[in-house]
Amino acid sequence: MATKYIVEPVTRIEGHAKITCVVDDAGKVDHARFHVVEFRGFEKFCEGRHFSEMPTLTERICGICPVSHHLASAKAIDRLAGVQPTRTAALLRELMHMGQVAQSHALSFFHLSSPDLLLGPDSDPALRNVVGIVQAFPEVGLRAVKMRKWGQEVIAAIGGRKIHPNCAVPGGMAAGISKDVGRDLLAEAETHLATAMIGLDLLLGWVKKNPEVVARFAVFSSYYGGLVNPAGGLELYDGNFRISDPQGQPVVDQFDTQKYLDIIGERVESWTTLKFPYYKPAGYPDGAYRVGPLGRLNNISHIPTPRAQEQFEKYKAAGNEHGVVEGTLFYHYARLIEAIYAIERAQQILADDEVYGPDLMAPTTGQLNPRGVGVIEAPRGTLWHDYTIDENGALTNVNLIVSTGQNNPAMCKSVELVAQEFVDGSNVTEGMLNRLEMAIRAHDPCLSCSTHAIGQMPLLVELVDRHGTLLQRIERH
Amino acid sequence: MSEARKPVIASVWLAGCSGCHMSLLDIDERLLTVLEKGSIAATPITDFKLGSFPQCDVGLVEGSVTNTDNIKFLEELRAKSTYLVSFGDCAGWGCVPFMRNFFPLQEVLEHGYIWSSSTVDGHIPDDEELPTFLDVVEPIRKFVKVDFHIPGCPPSADTIFYVVNELLEGRMPAGIPQPLLHFD
Ligand code: SF4
Repeated sequence: MATKYIVEPVTRIEGHAKITCVVDDAGKVDHARFHVVEFRGFEKFCEGRHFSEMPTLTERICGICPVSHHLASAKAIDRLAGVQPTRTAALLRELMHMGQVAQSHALSFFHLSSPDLLLGPDSDPALRNVVGIVQAFPEVGLRAVKMRKWGQEVIAAIGGRKIHPNCAVPGGMAAGISKDVGRDLLAEAETHLATAMIGLDLLLGWVKKNPEVVARFAVFSSYYGGLVNPAGGLELYDGNFRISDPQGQPVVDQFDTQKYLDIIGERVESWTTLKFPYYKPAGYPDGAYRVGPLGRLNNISHIPTPRAQEQFEKYKAAGNEHGVVEGTLFYHYARLIEAIYAIERAQQILADDEVYGPDLMAPTTGQLNPRGVGVIEAPRGTLWHDYTIDENGALTNVNLIVSTGQNNPAMCKSVELVAQEFVDGSNVTEGMLNRLEMAIRAHDPCLSCSTHAIGQMPLLVELVDRHGTLLQRIERH
Repeated sequence: MSEARKPVIASVWLAGCSGCHMSLLDIDERLLTVLEKGSIAATPITDFKLGSFPQCDVGLVEGSVTNTDNIKFLEELRAKSTYLVSFGDCAGWGCVPFMRNFFPLQEVLEHGYIWSSSTVDGHIPDDEELPTFLDVVEPIRKFVKVDFHIPGCPPSADTIFYVVNELLEGRMPAGIPQPLLHFD
């Protein structure tokens, strides 16, 4: 009789989900599934509202990366109003975004995932969290708290508050930043860059000690997607879209994001509220593309800041014969390199006089365009906001594709592969189930975001037989 | 709360954006104070599983109720907590998730899974593993007794810390002092 394990909720991820893992009579894993279970309905209930409300409304999709939604929305609205933000405004927005990337990547690595690596996937679940990290590695724990705090302070310095800032307007920003504040933020930046480097050392130390786990842990090929700068380098705030094939060769490059519907579609599966985006020319499911840190670093030629570039060159050595890094656990590696980039880029902007300039907003004509698409590289991947309005500016259609959604196929595949590799159906342990969660956590899914449509995500593993009878439920105390 | 042991805190998030939990994390170094005075038993950032909630002194809830799973989590936390606190507007009175109440659920689902511009060959997910969505989104007090509410979207870290610290000290706050009553 087959048995089904349910991990519910999946914890130390940002949202609500569960995993089911079905084991056959012989104790072999038959299949494993990652279910996202919540849904909130943003696309529908934004209809009829005025477009100017969208930056503050859509950021309530996610409290971890509200800045991504705020800015993707602002960029869509710039298009509707037919206006390009001033350079000062663009720098302010990008700086705010860098603060967010730093805080979000710190949270994902140090607070949520490092316990699995530093304390071990089989360690006491009661301590396998940020508290355990603070106790076992007090210095690192405290540094992590401060790094996240700095990122939040960058956001608040520009947007007035750490969570759900309210500052981007069509063609610019409602407020700027003073040189005094900028100086203070800059003075601290180097400390947090050092924290990211410490994280990198810890991670690489772990990888070195566990080469076999890394090699067996959800290594697979896929397409990769994200924004790139004009030279094909890493770009998180603006840029055009690129998709690379499994060998890392661009199949779509410098693509105009306004036309994304020509190349991206989404499919629905009945067992999850999270949809499955794919690159249309390759079809579904073959056209699944990975986004976020690992997806981005497989999709770019270089990183335009020196210290992140130095790490990027070393990172490439972890790749296959095409220089493509396929192992899911390398998401953490890529994430820490991006954290370094974000802080370096923030340093550049804070040192640029123009960010303190007076030109916060470009003039608008009052004429409206019927449709605008705003895109940004959120910490977890490309984020798409697509708005259509009537002549009064009321929304008639809203389409959102969130970062985590694009990693949904990859998360499902990772859970499946890890289940087959690490779960022994005749003797399921808590640690095995935690490895399933580790596969999810590596992608740093933001299930608040992904469930904008209707969903939410705790994770649980249940062992069920083929007829659906629940045989065992693994719960942790 | 007994003197002999440290008070236990647990938290859950229902249909919210996790912003309230992020604001809780924004207490930054004061996290250590909370850990000295109490112990954190179950939160989205630690490992807990449904059915395994410990008995706790303070239960914090973010988010409103949109599906049957939310009710399960909420009822379990209520049953195990001495004080149940709603933190944030979603838990308190609905906030943004309530906006779907202006439309029939079926239309909202169809839009998300069938009509949205990028969806190809869509249908509404209906697996037995998925919870049932409620016709209308409700605040948590519709289902359980709430002992204290912290307003805000999200409430500021200082306000959350004030309330949690009072409860950890064994005091039920009479209210939130004026300087802390603001939407950060
Ligand atoms: S109250 Fe605001 S911050 Fe809190 S969960 Fe709801 S939308 Fe997010």
